[in-house]
Amino acid sequence: MLAKRIIACLDVKDGQTVKGVSFENLRYAGDPVELGKAYSEQGIDELVYLDITATNEGRKQIYSLVEKVAQNLSIPFTIGGGISDIKDAENLLVYGADKISVNSAAVRNPQLVSDIAKKFGCQFVVVAIDAKKIGNDWIVHTHGGKRPTERELFSWAREIEDRGAGEILFTSMNHDGHQTGFANEALAKLSEILTIPVIASGGAGEMSHFKDVFTEGKADAALAASIFHFGKIAIPDLKQYLVKEGINVRV
Amino acid sequence: MNIAIIDYKAGNIKSVEAALQRLGCKTALTKNHDEILSADKVVFPGVGNAGAAMQALKNEGLDTLIPTLKQPVLGICLGMQLMCAFSEEENTPGLGIFDVKVKKFVPKSGEKIPHMGWNDVFNLKTPLYNGIDEKSFVYFVHSYMVPVFEFTAAECCYVENFSASIAKDNFFGTQFHPEKSGKTGLKILENFIKL
Repeated sequence: MLAKRIIACLDVKDGQTVKGVSFENLRYAGDPVELGKAYSEQGIDELVYLDITATNEGRKQIYSLVEKVAQNLSIPFTIGGGISDIKDAENLLVYGADKISVNSAAVRNPQLVSDIAKKFGCQFVVVAIDAKKIGNDWIVHTHGGKRPTERELFSWAREIEDRGAGEILFTSMNHDGHQTGFANEALAKLSEILTIPVIASGGAGEMSHFKDVFTEGKADAALAASIFHFGKIAIPDLKQYLVKEGINVRV
Repeated sequence: MNIAIIDYKAGNIKSVEAALQRLGCKTALTKNHDEILSADKVVFPGVGNAGAAMQALKNEGLDTLIPTLKQPVLGICLGMQLMCAFSEEENTPGLGIFDVKVKKFVPKSGEKIPHMGWNDVFNLKTPLYNGIDEKSFVYFVHSYMVPVFEFTAAECCYVENFSASIAKDNFFGTQFHPEKSGKTGLKILENFIKL
């Protein structure tokens, strides 16, 4: 049976791993390759490296990071942040990325999703969506959650699925950094309307939040950062807990 | 140990290359026939579209070379599928090493396609799985699959039971990515090297 996946997200700025609380106040959390290796040893199922540098210098660093990760890890990883054209996507593939995630660039130019999926396969393209619930609507935001857009979460998710996205990584800005649980209601709705896997992000604080996101939230994978980086939850403990709760995970 | 990794621009090969190197092998990413023929082992990787990949093999004459190889050959993911007779993906004739048709997954109860993530494998056969426990988890990403048939070397269940691995004579295939399957995958690659 296909296992539910636990994913650790490593935000990378100038070659260092950081994690913001609600996207602000970045804190140091270790070397990205070493951290990735440590997670792999502990049994993480997948890693996401998000480059939040967004400068040309930092961009070059990310290629070398991707290469080092591919050489040192034997689990799948996604690289995201600042990918704005197909050439960049191709470079990341050549350096060894298994998947890339696009966010702002997909909103600006949805055709990019279609082009990457067509050229490199839908398994290669993850579309990350940051959305914030404002009133009754989930409004898609770009630029690390700083800019609201005209787009609404569910219709946008459908559109990118049609364009060939392989997975959706949905971050609830209302939940991110608060450690009070995932946005299960919105996640369940996403899972119902889509036929591609949904990765839940934002809000993990307790082990029970993972159980909830897989049952109530119907997510295929759950992603977290701070609680893993700072040792609040150890991956082996989390996996054991989920097995006990009847969730199929890789142990 | 010299391992030729067949170079036909079929997606991400960095990880398989690095994994084999970590296991002490010398690897050469190559489309050169002599280099492939003289290697101790051959890895036939592949991610992407069957039609385009077959065309790329034909352009280099690799479609006729690969079936004649005598040393152990490991086809990974699309590489395994291309060793079969035919793929429903763009109705593509394959290399015909395995007389079986590659089929598209047809979801029965809302299963998501591609089959992506960690799934367990069982009915493990052949020395490729020496020391691997039944129900071990390995990493899959695919929308097409090889049904269970006489040369199935490992099974997996998603929508239905399908071939997670196939083997005949010196030809081996894994639908999953051993290079992405953590310790289990590395052990399988190590077993391949030892063949």
